[in-house]
Order: sequence, then structure tokens, then C-alpha cells
Amino acid sequence: MGKRVLITGLGTFWGGRAAQALEKDPEVEVIVGLDTVEPKVQLERTEFVRADQSYSILARIVAATQVDTILHTFLVVDSSRMSGTKMHEINVIGTMNLLAAAGAAESSVRHIVVKSSTLVYGSSMKSPQWFREETPRAAPPKTRVERSLIEVEGYLSDFAEDNPHVVVSLLRFSNVLGTDIITPISKALQLPVAPSILGYDPMLQFVEEDDVIRSIEFVMRNQVPGVYNVAGDGRIPWSECAAVCGKRLVPMPPVFTNVAAAPLELIGLDLPPETLDLLRYGRGADNRRLKRAGFEYRYTTAGAVQNFAEASRLRGAVGDSRPAYRYERDVEAFFRHSPAVVRD
Amino acid sequence: MATGDPTTEATRPGTLVHLPRTADPKPLPDPRLTDVDEWGRSEKTRQMARRLYRPLYEKYFRVEWEGLEKIPREGGALLVANHAAAIPSDAPAIMHGVEEEVGRPLYGLADHIFKGMPLIGTAWARAGGVPAHPENAYRLLREQQQLVLVFPEGGKGPGKTYDKRYQLRRFGRGGFVEIAMRAGVPVIPIAVVGAEESMPIVFKIPGLARALGVPYVPITANMLLLGPLGIIGYFPAKFKLKVLDPVHFDVPPDQDRYSKSRVMEEAEDIRVSLQEALYEMLRQRKSIWRG
Repeated sequence: MGKRVLITGLGTFWGGRAAQALEKDPEVEVIVGLDTVEPKVQLERTEFVRADQSYSILARIVAATQVDTILHTFLVVDSSRMSGTKMHEINVIGTMNLLAAAGAAESSVRHIVVKSSTLVYGSSMKSPQWFREETPRAAPPKTRVERSLIEVEGYLSDFAEDNPHVVVSLLRFSNVLGTDIITPISKALQLPVAPSILGYDPMLQFVEEDDVIRSIEFVMRNQVPGVYNVAGDGRIPWSECAAVCGKRLVPMPPVFTNVAAAPLELIGLDLPPETLDLLRYGRGADNRRLKRAGFEYRYTTAGAVQNFAEASRLRGAVGDSRPAYRYERDVEAFFRHSPAVVRD
Repeated sequence: MATGDPTTEATRPGTLVHLPRTADPKPLPDPRLTDVDEWGRSEKTRQMARRLYRPLYEKYFRVEWEGLEKIPREGGALLVANHAAAIPSDAPAIMHGVEEEVGRPLYGLADHIFKGMPLIGTAWARAGGVPAHPENAYRLLREQQQLVLVFPEGGKGPGKTYDKRYQLRRFGRGGFVEIAMRAGVPVIPIAVVGAEESMPIVFKIPGLARALGVPYVPITANMLLLGPLGIIGYFPAKFKLKVLDPVHFDVPPDQDRYSKSRVMEEAEDIRVSLQEALYEMLRQRKSIWRG
């Protein structure tokens, strides 16, 4: 019998792309995707279930579908334009319900993969240049998103301890850049000029979209337990990122930076406090544990930035020429379930 | 997001997605525009800094080394030195000398406070400064086998007044010895004579330091003599640097813990040998300005 996978956050970049990748894997028999919104990418055989953000129906879904693997991507790692309450609801309460469902008596779940972020290490002047998975934070968390992810990881490690029969894989992704994903950093690099903080040129680290999905696939296929940083090799200065993208840096004042950054929201750029910390101190995560487990990155940090810059230039020249995908419930149901559709 | 997506890390609507080319997982090249390394150090910046500093090094401080051959041409080593002058003038002299004469990069560990300072922090990182974190020191020394410089007295060395010149302060908690043990590298002490007189502190204003949140606010002889120029203007003291014999620790590397008493003992031995070397050099010194 093949794998039966439940993906949370199917409507996000992470969930949608991971589902597409898993559909290609013949060993994966069933893919069920949860989200509050419809998927934004075309899916062949993934079943979409609309759920509320804290997954109150999760226990029933897990029992009904008998999934053995849960991929939990529905975690907010970018706090821009979201209230603290909502983020708490999604990250903390959502994960709590998920783990409650997975840990229930007679649960069929044997492997849980969770997407976290290197945000849990923070970004401060006291930070070491590279965080290994077990390196403690250098300063207490100041931002909501960091506190909420630390809480989520706490629940997960309790769960792993209480459920030794379940393989728990926790992936901490560094900042992602790529063709499709939108983050405060990617938005900042697509403005006519890129913001910086006067006097600071932090060393940043990126992981490319494809490597993100490949690492999720890798961890699911090989069922590697434990905590892993997922981040490209090397770190490069913010000024170099801007130069690769052909952007000039416009400095914000080093004091009251959050006040200076606030009006940028008018042009669609919301720089949350954790991003401002990053633009001041940078952050590095040691990626060698995942490499030792057998994973091979395609892109280095500089490679990810270069790839992003090329994709942005192409989009700038030709625009989004490809037709928009819209999820139509009836059409999707037809392709999946109608006897009229020929399946092999 | 405009789509109302609660996670905001969304894909662009209307974009078909390229699947990862798992069939071709060949790593791609690492395209870099600058030579800034993972520590933030840039060899080009260092070259420029050395070119600017050379007249100061050769003509002004007339730096003279003894025992430079004891600094290894390969392999990691932790250089430790006495620390002096209100704005320490010993660090640039040691870094310049080692990089020019030994031809290897030298990373200088210092308080993370520098990383927090705008402009200074960035300039410091490009010039080879690294925040003194045990993880950083271990990676530099053990994994990358680099040369690393640290001043075990920390801020207490430069922050002392002139009447305490050449009297070594406490060597912290001996952390530098523990790091060298864990990294399996020798400690190489360097005695520096001249820096103390380049910018001596006459007295300090502790109240102002507390108010500003800095380690010390000095009034230097330079300020008294030169006025505002004295804030950064050094006196042309003659610099003499003596490299002492490398200290090897007969312990296995990569241990979680090392005997605290052993660490403190080794740190104290190094402090004493450095102190004695300084006294000997001062005995031989005929003039502060001419050496």
C-alpha cells in the first residue's frame, strides 16, 4: 500500500508546490489538502478540503482518510499584515489541534513533517555567524512570529517525546527566494530601489524555492527524524543582493527605523519587525546536518539571489503571460470522480 | 496579500509553476559579485585598509616584530595579546603585520557591541572583525584552520588609566584557553609595547559612561594636548611586538567540557609569561618614542 499524505496549507506556495511534487511520486497513493482558501496551482489528484484555520475538523479527517503522513506547512512565518491574534490562532492553536489529531488513540499517523523557520534563532548582534540546530538563541524573542514559532516547536518536541512511534521531522527554512514566492524581502528587491538601514550591510542567507520543495520531498521519502536547517550555502551582503538585482539601496535611518519603514506600506511594502532585524544584523543557519543526511542543494545563497533576479527581469519584460489558474470545485470533482474520465 | 491569503507566503496568482527538476539535481555554480566571505571579511577591503595604514605602520609607529616566524604558515592558531590605548592601536598593528608578513588572513574577535554600531560595525566586519562567540571561534579555528586574534583582557585593557600601563588585567574567565583546547590549536601570545603610550587615558568620567551605556568615557593625554584632534590622533610611540612561544595544550579536542581549574591555570600561566615578556621589553626600552 502506498503512502497516504495530508497536507495543511494547500493554498500556500509551500503546500501547493509540495502537493504537485508528491503527485508525481507513484508511491504516494492519496493526497488530501487542507486550507481555508482554494489552491492556487493546478493539481491532478490532490483532494482539497476547506477547513477553518484552527482545524477543528482535523481529527475527523485523519480518522476518515487514515493518512500515515502529515505535511504541516500552514504556519505563518511572515507577520506582515496579519494580526497577532490571527497568527496565534493559525500557528499555535492550529498545530495543537493537528498534533492532538495525530496523537489520538488508534491514529494511523506515523510521520509528521513540519515547516518552521530560522526565525526561531532570531537576529541580533549577539547571534553567532552560523546557528546549528542545537545552538540556543542569543537574545530572547522580541517579535510575535518568533514567539509563536518557538511555541509551535515546543509542542512538537513534546509530541515527539510522547509518541516515539511517530517520526517527527522539523525543517527550519531560511529566507526563501524564487520565481513565485512573495515575501517582504522579495518585494523589497522588486521595488525600483531597495530599502536598507543606514550603516548596516548584513549578511543574509537564502534558500531557493526548488530546494525548499526538494528538501520536503527528501525528508518525506527518507523519513529522517529530527530538526534540520534548510538554507543555501554561504551568506552574502544585502548590498550584493541588491546589486545582483540591479537595484540601488536607499537607506532608512538607523534609529526609529520602524517609524521610517511604516510609510512604505503605502507602496505595498510592509517590513515587519523581524525583517527589519534581519536588515540590521542578518542571520546564518548551518545547513550541514541535512547534507549529512544525504540531501544535495542545487542553489547556493548567491545562486538563489541570481535566479530570483533573472526571473524578476523576465517577468518585468514579458509580464505574467501564462493564463491564470482558478480552482473550480465542480470541474475538479469531475476530473477526480466522474466515471466518464478515463484513468490509467 | 490582495488575495486575502492568511499565510501571505503565497504564489503569484496566475502563475503556472515549474516543478523542481528532480531528475537533474546537479548543484549549480555559486555566482558572486564581491569577495565578502561568510564572516563579512573582504580581502579587497583589507588590501585597501593595509595600503592606507602602511605609512602609519612603517613611518609613524615604526612597528618592529620579533619572533614572527613562530606564527604558523598553515593550520589554526589563536593569537592573544595585551590590549591598550583609549582607541586600541594594537589590533590594527597586529593584523597588518601578520597579514603582510605571514601572508594569511587574520580574523579579530571582539565584543558584539561593534556589530551593533552603524557604519563602524560594517567596516569592522569587512576588515576581518568577528563577534566573539564560542561558535564563531570554533568554526574559524577548528573547521577552517584560520588565524584568530583575541584580547583576553577585553575592554578592561584599553579602559585602564595611564598609571596602570603594562599591567595586565584579569584574563576574563579563561574562555580563550577553553576555545583553543576545543579547537585543538595552540595559543600564541604576543607582547605589545608602545600602544599604551599612543593614547594614554589620564582620567575617566564614569557617570557619563553610565549615562551613555558605554564601557568607559576617557579623557586622554591626546585630547588635553591636541584638543578635538586628540580624540583620534595618536602619539607616535615606537611599537615593538614580540611573539612568544606557542602554547600547546595536551588535551583531546572537541570535548564538551574541560576542567575549569586546568583552564584557569593555563590562562594564568599565559598571563604571567606575557606580563614577564612585557617587563623585559620595558627594561630594554631606552625611549618611548625611539624604542
